[in-house]
Amino acid sequence: MKKSVFIGALTAATLAAGVAGAATLDDVKARGELICGVNTGLVGFAAPDANGNWSGFDVAICQAVAGAVLGDPSKVKYVPTSGQTRFTALGSGEVDLLARNTTWTFSRDTDLKLQFTATNYYDGQGFMVRKDSGVTSAKELDGASICIQTGTTTELNLADYFKANNMSYQPITVDSNAEGEQQFLAGACDAYTTDASGLAATRAAFANPSDYVILPEIISKEPLAPAVRQGDDQWTDIVRWTVYALIAAEEYGVTSANIDELAKSTDNPEIKRLLGVEGDLGAMVGLDKDWAVNAIKANGNYGEIFAATIGEQTPIGLARGLNAQWTQGGLMYAPPFR
Amino acid sequence: MTTAPDAPEHQGFRLSQLIYDTRYRSMTIQIVVLFLVMGFVGWLVDNTIQNLNALGKDFNYSFLGQRAGYDIGNALIPYNNDMTHGRALLVGLLNTLWVSFLGCIAATVLGVIIGVLRLSKNWLVARMMTIYVEVFRNIPVLLWILVALALLTEVAPSPNQYKVNAATGEAKTSMLFESVAFTNRYTAIPSIHFDRSLGSLDTALAPISLNFLAIVLVLLASWFVTKAVNKNATKVQAATGVRPTTWWQNALIWLLPVAIVVTVLGINPEEPVLKGFNFTKGTNVSNAFVALWAGLSLYTAAFIAEIVRAGIMAVSKGQSEAAFALGLRPSRTMRLVILPQALRVIIPPLISQFLNLTKNSSLAIAVGYLDLRGTLGGITLNQTGRELEAITLMMLIYLVISLLISGGMNIFNNRVKLKER
Repeated sequence: MKKSVFIGALTAATLAAGVAGAATLDDVKARGELICGVNTGLVGFAAPDANGNWSGFDVAICQAVAGAVLGDPSKVKYVPTSGQTRFTALGSGEVDLLARNTTWTFSRDTDLKLQFTATNYYDGQGFMVRKDSGVTSAKELDGASICIQTGTTTELNLADYFKANNMSYQPITVDSNAEGEQQFLAGACDAYTTDASGLAATRAAFANPSDYVILPEIISKEPLAPAVRQGDDQWTDIVRWTVYALIAAEEYGVTSANIDELAKSTDNPEIKRLLGVEGDLGAMVGLDKDWAVNAIKANGNYGEIFAATIGEQTPIGLARGLNAQWTQGGLMYAPPFR
Repeated sequence: MTTAPDAPEHQGFRLSQLIYDTRYRSMTIQIVVLFLVMGFVGWLVDNTIQNLNALGKDFNYSFLGQRAGYDIGNALIPYNNDMTHGRALLVGLLNTLWVSFLGCIAATVLGVIIGVLRLSKNWLVARMMTIYVEVFRNIPVLLWILVALALLTEVAPSPNQYKVNAATGEAKTSMLFESVAFTNRYTAIPSIHFDRSLGSLDTALAPISLNFLAIVLVLLASWFVTKAVNKNATKVQAATGVRPTTWWQNALIWLLPVAIVVTVLGINPEEPVLKGFNFTKGTNVSNAFVALWAGLSLYTAAFIAEIVRAGIMAVSKGQSEAAFALGLRPSRTMRLVILPQALRVIIPPLISQFLNLTKNSSLAIAVGYLDLRGTLGGITLNQTGRELEAITLMMLIYLVISLLISGGMNIFNNRVKLKER
């Protein structure tokens, strides 16, 4: 009898402790807050200002999802994650969504049990060097010391690239972008390598950005995408279609300024469906009718977000390039909303 | 006649006796605690299994056989990114052991010196050592490691400062003795090079140079011979009361054979040469390693100093007075009378300091020195996503290292402890 009581208590305790909740949407709604895993600090993508308010390209994704799910883009709690801790944070249920310059790869998608939603930035790995080093090509980096963030795909690309070009290098391992920046500025490494967008963002924060050059070689494909846990299809759909809603909004000319007016006046059936004037796409993913409106209102459409955080008018100064709309020769292409 | 008042009638066993009867109480408590502990462990294991299932993950170590794909800056054994995660683990493990080993030696030497000096009659010396101990002991070791790295990185010039300007024929900074270059990445020192090689022995771990092996063998032989010489000297001393001078014999036995061997092999230092971005040819001792080693040694030395001081003070004052009465000078009193007795008190707490240092070496990640935590618990864990496997394996390895250290030190302790007859 004692034994059965013991086992019963054990089972009860286990059930109470539970498994990371299956329905993330319910959890988020019950909590009234979206917990978003972001970078520890990469200007333009995710960085807190002096008052602790986060902003940036990845942060805008968090806010759009919060807008779509909770109707209020400010209801986000940001959890800074390093390259090392990010997947554990997501897998353990510490964060609902990982919007943190994370490259979509086969093994992460399958073996790490992540679900990448929709690519929000097509990136590639580059190198940054001091201008006075006289290096103009990554092929001239034979024998160099290179700062590299640990726990990233770039770490593996770097090894592959130098091997393929029959060159040697000395890896200087750093844990975060801030540490890499510091080591690079102190001269502990000849080159700093990470995603080209990250390099641009890092360089923008330097005292003298013009003393540093980003080499022309892009040595890898780095499609950066917000990720969620595998096994919760509804939540995956919500995040994926929120990103697509932002991209589609740019394609159809829906901006944060004209969205309310457009919702009343438009004749375009696709826009009507997107904005919930016609049909009820929101209900299909368990959200309100105006989910997309709230998502777009958070920080505007994809183009607006890009321009405000990392675009050519900002200190980071990234061109749209591959991230332009498909109608303009880029890769941003949202599937139809119907 | 009185009877003893009530040896109680046999009333049978009541359940409340389990709590109120002192004969049973301790047993009851132990059993309850045992069940609670078992329950907690069972809950942990069950919860882990359930969560792994929910995530669709399994628990296996096959990733150790897969290609690692990443590079390691300072490997003691041959390693490249085509080798397996298991090999990377080994590289990290050796780095951990290497820095811990050197750290323990440095901390002990430094700690003993400081501990002894702290008891010095010289006011200034004693106070300075007190300041050292209090400063290093009361600031977290991580900060010392970071400070050491910051100093090395900020103070030393970058390698390209050593570049000779073609126009003037001069470099901005010149190498120390033409052979040592301090840079903000590493210290380039000459490596040992042999003109004639005996070849090398391939083991699974690393190729062992036969030249090196030959030198070690010669030194070992010298050690045995000097031991015999000393033994003989003791014998003569016991017989005649006069100890023959052996120092020149010993010196000759140590130096001559080795000198002959290395000359035959054609030893010469290979000096570091600046080529492109970095120094090549010589050995580059990375700043990360030096910072970690210095931080750990300086910090642990403060604790060891206190242990040594306590050990010395535990030796009764009569011992040193007796030694002085026999005419021993203070330095010999310390070396021959006090320290051997103090060792008994010093060794046991010293073991925990060695264990601490070894475990603290996992702070290497802060300076980018890839030890076990950096390879297995860092990059491998991240690239394979095997958190549970990597962390449990890492814990197991640290446990084994610690048990080995404390086992070895316990053997040593048994040899020096007071033999009571």
